Amino acid sequence: MTTATAIVLFLQAAIVSGTPLLFATLGEIITEKAGNLNLGVEGMMLMGAVSGFAVGLITANPWFALLAAMAVGALGALIYAVLTVTLRANQVVTGLTLTIFGTGFAGFLGSRMVGQVVPETIKAVFRPFSIPLLGDIPYLGQIFFQQDPFVYLGYLVTILTGLYFYKTRMGLNLRAVGENPAAADAASINVSLYKYGHTLLGGALCGLGGAYLSLVYIPAWQENVTAGRGWIAVALVIFSIWNPYRALLGSYLFGGLDIIGFRIQGKGFPVSQYFLDMLPYLVTIIVLVAVSLRKSKENSPPKALGLPYFREER
Amino acid sequence: MLRIVKKPEMSKTKSTGIRILAIVLALMTAALLILAMRLNPLEVYGGMLKGAFGSAYRIREVVTEATSLIITSLGIAIAFKMVFWNIGGEGQILMGAFAASYFALTYPEMPRFFLLTIMIIAAMIAGGLWALIPAFFRAQWRTNETIITLMMNYIALKWVMYLQFGPWKDPMAMGFPKVPNFTTNAILPDVFGVHIGWIFALVLVFLTSLFLNHSKKGYEIAVLGESENTALYAGINVKKTIMSAVFLSGALCGLTGMIQASALNNTLSIEVSEGIGFTAIITTWLADLKPSLILLVSVLFAALVQGGSYIQTAFGIPQAAAELLQGMILFFVLGSEFFIRYRFVLDKAPQGEVKEEMNK
Repeated sequence: MTTATAIVLFLQAAIVSGTPLLFATLGEIITEKAGNLNLGVEGMMLMGAVSGFAVGLITANPWFALLAAMAVGALGALIYAVLTVTLRANQVVTGLTLTIFGTGFAGFLGSRMVGQVVPETIKAVFRPFSIPLLGDIPYLGQIFFQQDPFVYLGYLVTILTGLYFYKTRMGLNLRAVGENPAAADAASINVSLYKYGHTLLGGALCGLGGAYLSLVYIPAWQENVTAGRGWIAVALVIFSIWNPYRALLGSYLFGGLDIIGFRIQGKGFPVSQYFLDMLPYLVTIIVLVAVSLRKSKENSPPKALGLPYFREER
Repeated sequence: MLRIVKKPEMSKTKSTGIRILAIVLALMTAALLILAMRLNPLEVYGGMLKGAFGSAYRIREVVTEATSLIITSLGIAIAFKMVFWNIGGEGQILMGAFAASYFALTYPEMPRFFLLTIMIIAAMIAGGLWALIPAFFRAQWRTNETIITLMMNYIALKWVMYLQFGPWKDPMAMGFPKVPNFTTNAILPDVFGVHIGWIFALVLVFLTSLFLNHSKKGYEIAVLGESENTALYAGINVKKTIMSAVFLSGALCGLTGMIQASALNNTLSIEVSEGIGFTAIITTWLADLKPSLILLVSVLFAALVQGGSYIQTAFGIPQAAAELLQGMILFFVLGSEFFIRYRFVLDKAPQGEVKEEMNK
């Protein structure tokens, strides 16, 4: 194998490994744009992963599986939204609880599925395929356009999120809700509805990211399939400064970090696998510190992030 | 029109009543889940009680479990009081266990009292230093500590994994990846059938309460938690307060690590933290960050965990059910706090005035 092929294969795999991160990161960006800091990403991913897998196992239908993953991810987000938006509970603690709850949820439902494998009918649907013309571009085609449908869906959701944020009226309203809910309210934007809607949408995307792990990436059920990816996604939101396009970049970068240890180990590199496994977490810390070092106005989070909104206390 | 108004401070008994009601509602919701599994909820809850308190042995197990939970929760409470979201308890426990194990394995023949003392001090310093890293970033550049403390859990876990599968692997274990067992000198002695840690826990509840409510540092932590600006105006050294409080928080988690390794596992392993760092977040919040309530809530949660593992064998309910139930309880309590802080008011305003209000 030449070096060029090795690099192409590595980048191709980095995108695959970054795709669950991408869905979760986009989901959390959408949530945070509405001013809700939902730290339950890991929990919602696990809920989506286990539900998608269970439904896939029972029905052998890929679409039902995806639908279930998204619905259950959104259900987790709904619990969060009811508590933080309507009942004004602390966002940080509620999000943490959602992660604990989601971990329990996945452990509970998944306890009898450990080791089970995804049915062939589903595997077939999610197999990689080459996109005509684009897939034939040397190197780039192989990296970006000879992938499985989820990867393509990732591109699509990224672009749609970008268009929604920056080119639509609703996207503008959404940003207003996250920056200054009182002003948005005064402009007769339904703040609660926006918060609910986008938190749920974010949860659905997290669920989808989880389902990618259990249905395509692994594709079998194992305890704690996410292994902290939900938390890396939360960090990636800061890394990408709430910009969906940068989220794509960051997710693939971290996807690469996630698999590099395994690859280097295969080459007989004299570093313990466990140290290489630390890389994604270590780099996350470095990135976060670097981001906080150069704080500027445009890099800052939505101003009302983490704060509940009470019309009465305006 | 229905409006939501802030309530004046509610009486303690009433707010406790609402919280207990929330827990009961959570248990009832979980009962529906149990019904859906075609089991009798009363039998299952009865089984949990039996599993937790059914015999002297089981009660001792609950006390053991509660000990680690109490000490960790106290640590978490100190950080939370300052609104420093330390969710790195797991990592701090692991690093504490690592430091204690280093001395236990290097000086196995040292007299018991000295060895244990050194292990405790080393564990507290290691846990504290591990927590100090995110504290430093937060104090210096306001880096978000929530994610950093969590990332450091994974790094600590990989570190212990490296030791367990690598340099510290017991050559006598026939290839099985485990760290050698400690000598008796490195194992905490029992008092009334439970390791001495329970006495530490009780003393620490008292000391932490004293520290948070009656010391200058404790007051500074509380002020800083309320508002950083106020703290600055009051002439509090914000950076120093953050660093020292978080060190203390990590040190208590590190102590838990020592106890877990010494008294429970008799060695270092990746399972040494048992998720206590996360459970402690729930117990701390349920206890309203109050040390005396932490004592109570931790015992209840320890019973929940013990009962949970009992119903696993008795009814075939997965162990994760306990985790699920913990999450549900906290959800309900979080929701109930709304009813402690606010009340609904029904305005009997004439139609016209309401419209005017809405047009504002």
